[in-house]
Amino acid sequence: MAFKQIINGGALLNTFKSKLPLKNSKKLLAFLAVFVLLGTNVLMAQTAATTDAAKPGVNWFSVGYYVLMFILLAVSVAVVGKIIKVYDLSQQIQGKKGVQWNNIMGIICLIFLVVGMIGAYWEFTVQGSMTLPEAASKHGIKIDAMFLTTTIITMIVFVITQILLFVFLFRYRYSDKRRAYFLPHNNTIEKVWTIIPAVVLTILVIFGFFTWQEVENSADVKGQPASINIDITGHQFAWELRYSGPDGILGKKDFRLTAGANKLGIDFKDKNSMDDLQADTLVLPVNKTIRLNIFAQDVIHSVYMPHFRVQQNAVPGLPTFFKFTPTITTEEMRRKVEDPKFEYLLYCNKICGSSHYNMQKVVRVVTEGEYNQWIARQKPYLTPALRTELKLAAADQKKSITQNRLALNN
Amino acid sequence: MSTLSVHDHGVAHHEEGHEHHHDTFLTKYVFSQDHKMIAKQFLITGITMAVIAMLLSILFRIQLAYPDKAFPLLETLLGRFAPEGRLDPEFYLSLVTIHGTIMVFFVLTAGLSGTFSNLLIPLQVGARDMASPFINMLSYWFFLTACVIMLSSFFIQKGPAGPGWTIYPPLSALPTAMKGSGLGMTLWLISMVCFVASSLMGGINYVSTVLNMRTKGMDLWKMPLTIWAFFLTAILGVLSFPVLVAGVVLLIFDRSFGTSFYLSDIVVNGQVMPFEGGSPILFQHLFWFLGHPEVYIVIMPAMGISSEVMSVNSRKPIFGYHAMVYSLIGITVLSFIVWGHHMFITGMNPFLGGVFMITTLIIAVPSAVKTFNWLATLWRGNIRFTPAMLFAIGMVSFFISGGLTGIFLGNAALDINLHDTYFVVAHFHLVMGSAAIFGMLAGVYHWFPKMFGKMMDEKLGYLHFWLTFIGAYLVFFPMHFMGLDGVPRRYYAFTEFASMQRWLSVNMFITWAAIMSACAQVAFLYNFIHSIFWGKKATQNPWQANTLEWTTPVEHIHGNWPGEIPSVYRWPYDYSKPGAEEDYILQTTPLSQTMSSNLPHDFEDNPAGLEALNTWTSTQKANEQVK
Repeated sequence: MAFKQIINGGALLNTFKSKLPLKNSKKLLAFLAVFVLLGTNVLMAQTAATTDAAKPGVNWFSVGYYVLMFILLAVSVAVVGKIIKVYDLSQQIQGKKGVQWNNIMGIICLIFLVVGMIGAYWEFTVQGSMTLPEAASKHGIKIDAMFLTTTIITMIVFVITQILLFVFLFRYRYSDKRRAYFLPHNNTIEKVWTIIPAVVLTILVIFGFFTWQEVENSADVKGQPASINIDITGHQFAWELRYSGPDGILGKKDFRLTAGANKLGIDFKDKNSMDDLQADTLVLPVNKTIRLNIFAQDVIHSVYMPHFRVQQNAVPGLPTFFKFTPTITTEEMRRKVEDPKFEYLLYCNKICGSSHYNMQKVVRVVTEGEYNQWIARQKPYLTPALRTELKLAAADQKKSITQNRLALNN
Repeated sequence: MSTLSVHDHGVAHHEEGHEHHHDTFLTKYVFSQDHKMIAKQFLITGITMAVIAMLLSILFRIQLAYPDKAFPLLETLLGRFAPEGRLDPEFYLSLVTIHGTIMVFFVLTAGLSGTFSNLLIPLQVGARDMASPFINMLSYWFFLTACVIMLSSFFIQKGPAGPGWTIYPPLSALPTAMKGSGLGMTLWLISMVCFVASSLMGGINYVSTVLNMRTKGMDLWKMPLTIWAFFLTAILGVLSFPVLVAGVVLLIFDRSFGTSFYLSDIVVNGQVMPFEGGSPILFQHLFWFLGHPEVYIVIMPAMGISSEVMSVNSRKPIFGYHAMVYSLIGITVLSFIVWGHHMFITGMNPFLGGVFMITTLIIAVPSAVKTFNWLATLWRGNIRFTPAMLFAIGMVSFFISGGLTGIFLGNAALDINLHDTYFVVAHFHLVMGSAAIFGMLAGVYHWFPKMFGKMMDEKLGYLHFWLTFIGAYLVFFPMHFMGLDGVPRRYYAFTEFASMQRWLSVNMFITWAAIMSACAQVAFLYNFIHSIFWGKKATQNPWQANTLEWTTPVEHIHGNWPGEIPSVYRWPYDYSKPGAEEDYILQTTPLSQTMSSNLPHDFEDNPAGLEALNTWTSTQKANEQVK
């Protein structure tokens, strides 16, 4: 009796199996068509409406459309799930094996591997070509060489390990005819794969260490002309530049002197300050060593010039600097990247407040002749207005200088 | 000696348990001191926080994909934070900050360690409960308080904290610098102090339970890798979290009492501030002294869980158990001396940068060993694709992909150009974000039967896995290339830079991939909640695993085991041992009952046992010869 019922049940399920998917998929298609039509209509209406209304209200139709789409998706997932379940049960009742999930997952793993590798390759070719052009500074070339070495090594490891991972998953998927191979450890192979990464990393560390020391090396080489000193000061949300005048020396600064027109707190008691120049664009002569002295007034900013592989945080109370030599003029780079509007940029790369995303300065690398012409046109910080302002504030300034203190940072 | 006394304690506790079985709702579900209930509390709070943080990320992803578009719905939902349907730039930064804070601390530290350390430490070492159930309860309540305070900052005038989850001063110290440095920041700091208190109470409990309350026979080298991972994670937390509190307290002083620990030479809007002599770099040192161990606090439990799950579902012992433990210990020790790699370009002495680069790249060695051991565990296994297994595999895949980019960032010279770009975002979201959350999900699917006595639906688990796995790669893989183009993180919009506008289409793609992954989580949430109430009843040992937790009854009881706590005789990874009847042998099975499968290796420090094995094998041989 019970046996008969099971057989009946099986038959019932079978009929279900043959009818259910068809019916459902038809219904689903119809629903889908209706919703898509309705949705596009509603969306069209919205774009039309926004043009005449000054302030658009919430388009609840559109919201409802997306919500309904999601519900529909969830329902169709549920329906597909039920169909699979019914199929599985009916197979089992007929005495066959049900859905072999282990096999299916193994195959999906393999598909994922192949499609994933193709996708990764596609990204490397398409998006890889959208990355920064060649380094426009001396040390940048070394960094790029290091980057290339590291990329090659890591990509080899990436490809091999991911292939092993997913191929093993497919190859050793569950089978009730087999038992796993009991292998608790193997000291030789463990030593091998400890030592190999250690050696590779040692090589990377050594190269990295020396490149890093070289990049950060602060001393001017003897016999070579001293680097050009430029002060850059970050504040919310702009950069201020200060070039030295004909004397080639930048005057002292003290944050307590910041007031009115003296927005950088330049100490005009120091006569080196008298001829210091202000500028709007960071203009640099090509193939000259530049020393950017980096300051911040309010919060931490970061001087980031990706084309030159230059970055250094600007920290209030802790003056920092970065020394580099630009090697490609803006004109040359425009030709290289085939973009006549190309500009080198300096921008902030440390979260600093609401306009962090728009704190940039144009950097222009020019020939030495152009640089000399340009710098001759720049105006000094000590404007007549500031001069009168400072005469009044002379007493204050004296006081503060006697209190001058050592920087306690680090 | 210690095991003996603990054993007695356990029995006493158990007898006590029989006397009062009249739990009220309040003592059973709310102020519970039972580790299994506390684990569930941590898990459900963690999942709730994860969903909230995920929704926040979808909000800012929409902003990044459509910087020029207005969404009136956002104004309806967020009010003044999204005037005219466009996110306020400062609120964008708040979203980024709170997303990071919640995910790192509330989900992947408390949600992961809190859940699984609480659930598994007593169950897998064979203890009746935690060393201090009361402190354990307090740990949860401090955590919940921290969550509530953190979320409450969305309901104040100026909005939540906004200077990034790393809250670098002076931005976080000067309320005039941004809206998010006002009251929202104060709430953030209070919340974090509560959180650290919670995490310390949890950590001390985990360490003392593992050290003192193991059952008879459970020596350290017989502990499952999960326990090793939780144990070392707890040590890391106990040693590093107090440093964060120190940093936070000094920041509170700077913010509220006019001190200058982190502040010096500051001029805000032309106004000279009186701060002198402090150093913002000091905060970064204090923060990253926690911050770097923190990322290992996040990933090590995921590693432990994945190791266990992969071993069970490959029906194979974990390859190189000792190497796995030593690499965990290596990571633990090294993680304390690498924090400076977050600060290569902050103005820290470049020589120190060089030193930190060396230590950082050393830490890649134990990580590589772990990866290879996982691969070797799969080799010639008999792999059952449970959802837990898939998530553990996903964890390994992410760990490889994200770990390799760490070699770029750990190199100070390369970090110059990659620091704070999307390359970093891609790196840590893969290696500690996705990998850790996959470890956590593997744990949820694997131990759900132990937690709720029900099974989760496998097919929905498959759907959840593949959508999330593919989605996470689609979201984070393209970000590497944005980083290589010098696109900075935490930018509200890329519209101001002509050079960044070509990444807009990629951003749209990423956002839609993120939305797809977020929708996939509905499958998980439905599965999770539905299975708690209406799931299939679980059997005692549904995965045929060896560890102690599967010897407890399905129905939870105080004290875990109805009779005596079982003794342990072998390591937890005797899967598919040749000669054994089944393909698994419980840790509680004495070697004397499995003569046919014993190996000389099992008797390394047990000469008597080895002799018994030799006599047994020789008699077997003799018998065969007689035949």
